[in-house]
Formats: sequence, C-alpha cells, structure tokens
Amino acid sequence: MYPLISPLGDRAVRMTFGDRLTEKANDSVQAAYSRLDHAELEYISEMVPGYVTLTVYYDPLKAPAYNKMLHQLKNAAKAGQPLESDFSQKRHLILPVYYGGNKGPDLEEVARWNSLETEEVIKRHTGATYRVYMMGFAPGFPYLGELDETLATPRRKTPRKKVPSGSVGIAGPQTGVYSVDSPGGWQIIGHTPVRLFDAGKEEPVLIKAGDLISFKSVNEQEYEDIFHECEKGIYRPSIE
Amino acid sequence: MIPLIKIEEPGLHTTIQDTGRYGMQQYGVVPSGPMDPFAFRIANLLAGNAPDDAAIEITMVGPSVRFLENCVIAITGANLSPTLDGRKVPVWGSLYVKKGQELQFGKPKHGVRAYLAIAGGIHTQKVLQSRATYTKAELGGLKGQPLETGDELPGLTLPDTELSKRKGKLLSEKLRPYYQSHHMVRVIPDEQESYFTKEALQTFYTHSFKVTPQSDRMGYRLQGQKIGHKQEAEILSEAVAFGSIQVPADGAPIILMADRQTTGGYPKIGTIITHDLWKVAQLMPGHTLSFQRSSVEEGHLWHEYETNLLKKLSVSIQQK
Repeated sequence: MYPLISPLGDRAVRMTFGDRLTEKANDSVQAAYSRLDHAELEYISEMVPGYVTLTVYYDPLKAPAYNKMLHQLKNAAKAGQPLESDFSQKRHLILPVYYGGNKGPDLEEVARWNSLETEEVIKRHTGATYRVYMMGFAPGFPYLGELDETLATPRRKTPRKKVPSGSVGIAGPQTGVYSVDSPGGWQIIGHTPVRLFDAGKEEPVLIKAGDLISFKSVNEQEYEDIFHECEKGIYRPSIE
Repeated sequence: MIPLIKIEEPGLHTTIQDTGRYGMQQYGVVPSGPMDPFAFRIANLLAGNAPDDAAIEITMVGPSVRFLENCVIAITGANLSPTLDGRKVPVWGSLYVKKGQELQFGKPKHGVRAYLAIAGGIHTQKVLQSRATYTKAELGGLKGQPLETGDELPGLTLPDTELSKRKGKLLSEKLRPYYQSHHMVRVIPDEQESYFTKEALQTFYTHSFKVTPQSDRMGYRLQGQKIGHKQEAEILSEAVAFGSIQVPADGAPIILMADRQTTGGYPKIGTIITHDLWKVAQLMPGHTLSFQRSSVEEGHLWHEYETNLLKKLSVSIQQK
C-alpha cells in the first residue's frame, strides 16, 4: 500500500509512508530520500523529509507527464538498497534548558493538562533521549520524537505572534526547540541559550536529522553563564 | 562594485529579493523571494537583467531612493504613484535616471507590492547562496532586515551606450495584470481535505474570505465563515508549499506565502496554483478572495503558459 502519493499544489507531491508516528515509518522516509537522491531524476528540485512523509518538489517543465512522473517516483522510492540507519553511530547532544517562569510560560498549562507537578514535567522532559525525525518549520528547527506520552498537550488554539528563539515547547505528542523568533502554537515550557541556527557560521545548522538530543535542567545562574558564553561564541554543547 | 542607490526614506516594508534561496528547505530554510513572482520577473526583463537578479520589493508605502550614478530602472507591480524628481513615471516600463535624481512613491492606486529593478542587478552579499531577504531569520538583503534610511545598495555601472539600449521599454497594456479588490484563485485540493466536514468544503468553495491585517510575507490570515474540522485539527508535521492553505483549530484559513515556515502541523485544504499567486500577493487587508477547485493539470498548463510568455517577452524586449 505505501507509499501513497498525492499532490501538494502544482510543483510538489507528498509521499506518505504511514499514518502514525513510528520509527519504522520515519526509516522508510529516510530510505526513500536516499534512493530518490541517488536516482538523480533531473526534475526533482529538492526534497523535504517529514515524520511519515517525503515531499518532493519538482519542475513541471522538466518532468514527464504527471501520471508517468508519479509512477517513476513510486518505483524509484522502492528500488535499490535502503541505507540502514545505525543508531550506535548517532551524535548525542545535550542542551541546557531553564524551565518555567517567563522563559516557559506554558509549563503550568502542560502540568495542569496532564495532572502533574511542574517539577515532574521537568523530570520527565529531561529524562528522555529524543530522536531528530526531521528539520523544518524554521531554519535549524529539529522535530524530536518519543515525548513521554504523559506530557503530550495540544497546541494552543490560537498561535502566538512571536515565540523567541531558544524556546522549548510541546505540541501534541511532539517536543522541540524554536531555532529563530517565530509565530507558533506550541506550548512553551522553557528556554535554551544555545543557538541552533547561525547563518554566519560555516555550518549554519547545529542539529541534523538523525541526531539524538537530551535536555538538562539548569538554574538561573547557570543559564545566564551559558547565555554569555553563547554570545561570545565560546559555548559548545556537550556531545556524548 | 560601487553604491548605485541610497535609501532616503525606507517606506513601509522594502526588501531586497532575488528568485529565492532553494535547496535548503530540508534544513528548515524557506526560499523567500518575491511575493509576486510574475511582476518581479517582468521588472528584471524590462531592465535588461537576468530573471534571477536581485531587485527591490516595495510594500504599499514606497521608499524615497536617490541615484548615485546614471542608471536604468524598471518599476512593475502595484501602482504606487512613482515620481522622479516630482514628475510622474510609468509603471511596467524602464527609464533612464541621472545621478542625483530622486525616485519617490505616493498614493497606492492598484495593488500592494511594486518591484524596482536596476539594470545590472543589486549586488549585496549572498547569504546561503541568495540575496533574498528573510527577516525572520535575518538572512540576505542588508543585515537580513528591510531597507533603512541611509542604506546604500551596490551594483554595476553600465556604459551609457548599454543604458540607452535598455531604457524606454514598456510592457503592452494587454499583458499587464489587473489588480482588483476581489480575486478568485484556483486551488488544487489536498488529500487532507478529508479532515474537513462536507459543509466546510462547501463553504470554502462558495464563500468569500476577507484578508485580515494579520497578513504579511509569511502568510495571509483570512476571515470569514468558519471552516470546521470533522475531529482532528492537527496532522504530523510535514512540508508545505507557497500557496498552501492550512486551517488551524479556530477554523480561519491561512495562506502560506513567500516567507512561510517550511513545514506545518495543520491540515491543508489545498494549494493555490502557481500562476494565481500574484493575485493573493497584490491584495491588501480588507480585500476579499474566493476559491475555485482546480487540478494539477490545469496548474501545469498555466505555469507553462506563463513561462512561455516570459520567454517571448525576453526576446522581444531585447530586440526592440
């Protein structure tokens, strides 16, 4: 049955590899990405992996007839050897976070929704290791998986007009970090002083799809210290 | 490279754009580029430039611009009553300007976004391979921000013989888009329309929606009858496109524009065909939109038509 394929306007199609967030579905997305990348179809302009989807942007003037193209993409996504994902090789980054207060205005809402103390929310949020499923939404923004299901909280009904970069949030079963100032509907529970995106750097994006991420709770003083080290460009997040 | 123009007054939201920053959406970097790609390309064509050269996007209230060298400029898109040293100049045409002259804009007559191209293009530093300004992440343009008073934009000085070849081009009246206060745009339905009730889909394709003041280069928030979801109003986040229409839980559609987020978590009712994007880009708050069901095939036909038109124009502009 999978992949399903359907249009996203007249210059992109979405290939779907599952209807639930699973590592297996995301593995299929990564495998299809690498197969299509190797197929070197000249009409593909870029590809964006999602949790369970791979969106393929194409140039309609270079592509064959639409139905033929769909057929070709489906075949290319399935053909050849997938690249095995090797989790023992993954990079594991630890991001320091100040939870609650005005840095995490929705911490109490997340606690209330899940009938937990705020300390327990912090404990469970820092207790997990998160897989980077995809990047998107804003430059350098990682979508992380496997949020403790007892922390899942729906997005805010009306998105905020501005969420500051470094904000750590929860949306449904997902958690993540805002990499730039942006409007958004995530429940904000804390803030990391570490910059995930810096266009001036040789490698502008800190986190890549495939990394592992953990959060560490820091107090106000530690937060301030790390903040100033980041400003000077001398802070490096610890990597395990 | 020398400074060609100086910004005396910045206007409301004046940015440098090229055709966009492509290939980095998988890292969350949106292409940006012009809101009205058609008017942008015509501006470059009329100035004798390559279609992907950088030019200036002007929003509603135009800037005052001083020319530091003799050059040729072209203005397209919205009619914001441009004048050169107080004398009216044409929109959809190119003209010769002398060192020291000042270009100003007045009352917006039709449309919202105008484009100002300078012969030879604008040569600010590329960031991640593009000059397009993306203010949210402070990329491109000058310091990633809209232009400010005192900013000087570098470009090429072209010999007078070259400039005289490029001046005085005019786009024929019948090819100029007509900017109205209501536009119908064509939408390719998304498979996620299954998230919406039958009544909601009926409403979406039969009613008008108003552009709210919360509309900018990132997206247009619409106001109108509520577009209701069957149950879930969230999806697993995935990539979106220029013109995708997503509907959050409050039932008010959002059209994603040039500075959109690369991915989104709200169900999409559909995506506007590429050829109709200019219609949205030229609407101002209070104006209205309605939607008509279309297809991928129709989108492709119109995209091909537009591409061929631009090719023909390019040839005829160079020959004249």
